[in-house]
Amino acid sequence: MAKRIIPCLDIKDGQTVKGTNFVNLRQAGDPIELGKLYSEQGADELVYLDITASHEGRKTFTELVKRIAQEINIPFTVGGGINELSDVDRLLNAGADKVSINSAALRRPELIDEIAKNFGSQVCVVAIDAKCEDDTVHENGDPRIDGDWVCYVNGGRVPTQYKLFDWAKEANERGAGEILFTSMNHDGVKRGFADAALRKLADSLTIPVIASGGAGAKEHFRDTFLNGHSDAALAASVFHFGEIPIPELKQYLQGEGVNVRL
Amino acid sequence: MNVAIVKYNAGNIGSVENAVRRMGIEPMVTDDVEKIQSADRVIFPGQGEAHSTMTYLKAHRLDEVIVGLKQPVLGICIGMQLLCRHSEEQDTDCLGVFDVDVKRFIPLQHEDKVPQMGWNTIEDTKTALFEGFDKPEFVYFIHSFYVPTCDWTIATTNYIQPYSSALHKDNFYATQFHPEKSGQVGEQILKNFIEL
Repeated sequence: MAKRIIPCLDIKDGQTVKGTNFVNLRQAGDPIELGKLYSEQGADELVYLDITASHEGRKTFTELVKRIAQEINIPFTVGGGINELSDVDRLLNAGADKVSINSAALRRPELIDEIAKNFGSQVCVVAIDAKCEDDTVHENGDPRIDGDWVCYVNGGRVPTQYKLFDWAKEANERGAGEILFTSMNHDGVKRGFADAALRKLADSLTIPVIASGGAGAKEHFRDTFLNGHSDAALAASVFHFGEIPIPELKQYLQGEGVNVRL
Repeated sequence: MNVAIVKYNAGNIGSVENAVRRMGIEPMVTDDVEKIQSADRVIFPGQGEAHSTMTYLKAHRLDEVIVGLKQPVLGICIGMQLLCRHSEEQDTDCLGVFDVDVKRFIPLQHEDKVPQMGWNTIEDTKTALFEGFDKPEFVYFIHSFYVPTCDWTIATTNYIQPYSSALHKDNFYATQFHPEKSGQVGEQILKNFIEL
């Protein structure tokens, strides 16, 4: 099985939020144009994250999901604002292959069971934003795994009582199909993924683990696959700004002994 | 070109509809017996569970209709498994076009996650369905049950053990993977099917 490279697109009111410098796009903010480009470049999956809060925005996003499903020929996951089973039903009906749930699952873990039972585990991605609270461990940019990793909700703004490894195991047991773990310590720093924690997750869970947060160089992807045992790696800005072209990344990974789809 | 997509209680049918549209063909998603029987090509797609889908097909007489089709038929994922004799999933008797039984993946090591979900290669491809394929190609899989290699195998994939990722017998073709989600390679396979 190939390790997966997953670009993540943040969507607000139907447009991609973070700017891109793809000059060959007719409309840089068009999520479908960008998704198609990534697909042609060899992205293995796409994640579209709705960061709109309003009800109107939700409807816009659902319409967008329908268009993505019509145009894109690789699997895609949608997330953001999914609170109940009817949201999942609506987005899967619009053509999404998977849904990613985060805060809603921490507030009501039974939502995972319900999604798995109604639509199958394979559609249920549980996203976890967690932060290692032990600030003595940052010398080499990689927090110790035995530090306390606290799960956050509301886009990383509100801490919960849940700890990363316990919560990931519970989500796995409840029927999650994949875990998407974002290290808040690593996110945006571009010094690599949280490989020690990822490895502990990947080695203990029975479902695939997607690494998120920290990609800044091609080596970081190699490291998370070979050392972090991640099944997939997600990134946004390094792809959107063309810092790491996907074809080049995949060639590099293949040369480093990582099984990738070329 | 008249393409019918069999409508039944399986998921993911819209993805196949979208993929056929991208080829410039407007498919019919239908459970109407006459429309299915008179189509030039029939696609039997889906993601789902063997027992409930077989029960639905029988209740709607679609089981006899599918088995009796004479034009090229393409089963996808659960569609392929339902074309086999029997499935270990809920001990289900299936349509029996391919005289082979569907087994459950048994993991041998921690890395053998079930379901297999993601991109894997198809090898030793045969028949016009894989016209133009001269090396292993990656396609997209999601499944917990598999068809062992057999007389009708026209592509093999290795996951836990080598198994059939595509089958062919007479006018029936079937893929365990999802061509509609397999990028350009998948589009080529669907195009080959339409052009059979």
